[in-house]
Amino acid sequence: MIRYAGKRLLSLVLSLIAASIVIFAVIEVIPGDPASFMLGVNARADTLEALRDQMGLNDPLHVRYFNWVTGMLTGDFGTSWTYKTPVVDLVNDRIWVSLPLAVYALILSTLIAFPAGIIAASRRGGPADMSIMGATQLGVAIPNFWFAMILVLIFAINLRWFSAGGFPGWDNPALAIKSLTLPAIALALPQAAILARVMRSSLLDTLGEDYIRTARAKGLTRRQALWRHAVRNALIPVLTIIGLQFSFLLAGGIIIEQVFFLPGLGRLIFQSISGRDLIVVESVVMLLVFVVIVVNFAVDIAYGAVDPRLRSKS
Amino acid sequence: MTLLSIKNLTLAIGDTEILHDVDLSMQAGEIAAITGESGSGKSMTALSVMGLLPTGSKTTGRIMLDDTDILDVTEKHLCTLRGNVMGMVFQEPMTALNPVQTIGAQVAETILIHEGTTKAQAHARAADMLRKVGLDMSPNRYPHELSGGQRQRVVIAMAIALRPKLLIADEPTTALDVTTQATILDLLRDLVREFEMGLLIITHDLAVVANIADQIIVMQNGRVVESGATQTLLRNMQHPYTKALFDASRHRVDLPPKIAGDPLLNVKDVARDYPMPRTTVFGKRPKFRALDAITFQIEQGERVGLVGESGCGKSTLTHAILGLEDVQRGQITLAGSPVFTDNRPNLSVRRRMQVVFQDPYSSFNPRHKVRRLISEPWHLLPTPPADADASITRALREVGLQAGDADKYIHEFSGGQRQRIAIARALIVEPDLIIFDEAVSALDVSVRAQVLDLIADLCRKRRLAYLFISHDLTVVRGVTDRVLVMKAGQIVEQGDSEQVFTAPTHPYTKTLLAAAPRLPELDKV
Repeated sequence: MIRYAGKRLLSLVLSLIAASIVIFAVIEVIPGDPASFMLGVNARADTLEALRDQMGLNDPLHVRYFNWVTGMLTGDFGTSWTYKTPVVDLVNDRIWVSLPLAVYALILSTLIAFPAGIIAASRRGGPADMSIMGATQLGVAIPNFWFAMILVLIFAINLRWFSAGGFPGWDNPALAIKSLTLPAIALALPQAAILARVMRSSLLDTLGEDYIRTARAKGLTRRQALWRHAVRNALIPVLTIIGLQFSFLLAGGIIIEQVFFLPGLGRLIFQSISGRDLIVVESVVMLLVFVVIVVNFAVDIAYGAVDPRLRSKS
Repeated sequence: MTLLSIKNLTLAIGDTEILHDVDLSMQAGEIAAITGESGSGKSMTALSVMGLLPTGSKTTGRIMLDDTDILDVTEKHLCTLRGNVMGMVFQEPMTALNPVQTIGAQVAETILIHEGTTKAQAHARAADMLRKVGLDMSPNRYPHELSGGQRQRVVIAMAIALRPKLLIADEPTTALDVTTQATILDLLRDLVREFEMGLLIITHDLAVVANIADQIIVMQNGRVVESGATQTLLRNMQHPYTKALFDASRHRVDLPPKIAGDPLLNVKDVARDYPMPRTTVFGKRPKFRALDAITFQIEQGERVGLVGESGCGKSTLTHAILGLEDVQRGQITLAGSPVFTDNRPNLSVRRRMQVVFQDPYSSFNPRHKVRRLISEPWHLLPTPPADADASITRALREVGLQAGDADKYIHEFSGGQRQRIAIARALIVEPDLIIFDEAVSALDVSVRAQVLDLIADLCRKRRLAYLFISHDLTVVRGVTDRVLVMKAGQIVEQGDSEQVFTAPTHPYTKTLLAAAPRLPELDKV
């Protein structure tokens, strides 16, 4: 297991290096000079040149890449050109909205999907299976922003249980969690629908395996065979989807952040891209990539914990 | 004392009746074998006894295990019987174990769910049981670390952990090599004697049946057609189906004598390596040598057999001969031209070889008509033949099918007919060499006999050279002039078929022949 984890860790570091090179290169080839964008169209050529010099835009590529990476490693993400504040502070304000929101949504989605998938699979073709599959069909089809608006309409405007948007900060954790609840539900439900379907089909595949029949021949009841032998084996594809979903929830929450007026990372990226604030884009994208790679690492470790075959292959 | 008695068992799944009035009875400590071809209802009879029939099954009749009527008790009651009073071993050991649990835990589970012992006690007893079935290894191993034969031992340990009165084994050795098969059968026999269990063994292999069973039950189309004590039944078969079954198993092909010709295939000092996973992060990948110093020739019109156990390199050799993969050393030539040049198969050579695979069910595209399926090899020719329809008809007739079959789809044919179509596909380009890769292994004995006769018949009509690969020694003996015995990537013995089979020189060949179950000669019984 330690060997397996070590190999995964190595691949994590290599992926990060590769990702940073790609992100840097992509930002380099995007048209639009940040310096001329900041100074406007009527800027004088020598002012522009001075600014470019000051921003380090005239340094050779590899020097700028090196500065960028070492900066990030020491916690210096550079300074935003439009906000004139360190990128670290910008990100710091927002990651504590986006990250808890993504985790919250993922927990909700798993809590809904696991029981739903297991019930549907164990009662295949029955009324429970039919209704769960029908519900997931809806969950996959409905766009989450529409769902978010319905939630606001019911729980914020009519019932007044939650606020319709905004984020009060973490000074009062209970209040913070409460304000993240509706957005988390809106984000979680479509994901839960997908996850429940994956859980169901994976479990059905597993229930058809020979070792389930062996288990039944040992005297296990249908239920015991399901819980002791099928569920763990069915987890591998489910873990893959969970890993993918987390990445999506973290970076892809932008629409939900707009609907609920949440100061999250999605909004920050959107604003930075439209403002050509490339240093922010570069750093936030790198940060997201970092989180995604770390999550994938965690998923890999989880595979290893679930399946002894993966441990010994390495 | 009667242990198991089945009376008038009828089973229907949906509207299809699978078993009709099955009667069977066996004593405690007896080995009873149910035999018959695929679809005869052997396995369904076994699953009925275990109460593990597919959902939607309807049964009538009685299955008395001691004083309990299996068909009459609740599912809850059945769960207390399964694994405790009756255990079952299945055909496919590779998939019968849960891959994420240790073997010890899986054996201990049988003990834990039936007896109120502690976990530690159950694990200790499981370890004992694993030793009992001849597995001298830590119970903390996982199934994927074990070979097929070892896994089957684990399954057996699970089934007998509580010393059940009845053990059911459904084709327990069909997926195993002959030498492994022999040890597993010995193990089962010893356990039955020691534990005084009844063993109900299901197998299509009549040689196994004749060697192990006290009583034989022959089934056909869901009915018991004949049953009786082994010696009596072998000596005095009543039912025509039983006779046909034994005749087919004993069937000797009438192979016309070889007409010697020029050398055709020349395999010279061939080695094939497969890279294995790295052991260190940046280290070189170690190599596994799948073929080593393989040298042999096939002449025109010569029929050569290749035998060996799983993993010995038979498939690798086939791939190399067909030019599907390059080799690391040595050379393979067909009539002087190499099969693989410049990193790709040599097409002009490739069209002179055809192959017939093992599985008649998955080796055809189900969406194509037979016409297209068998004319596929024409893609190898520079120009397709002018009289395409006539060639297709000729090829179909040659393998005993009708011209009209060209416009059918593959699902309309039985396994044996499909294998005939596969042979027609191979013949259509008039190849110099055909490779039969376990081509009759998936077929029932009677169908197998017919297909082997067809091959002999084709040898009479044309000068056919082939490489016949099989794990079944008797089959190879009947249809080949010369045989190669392979072990661990090397040819350990080669020579005239009759001679190798009657007077083997290499110890491995001797082991193989000794392990292969043989039908007793009827007049000597």
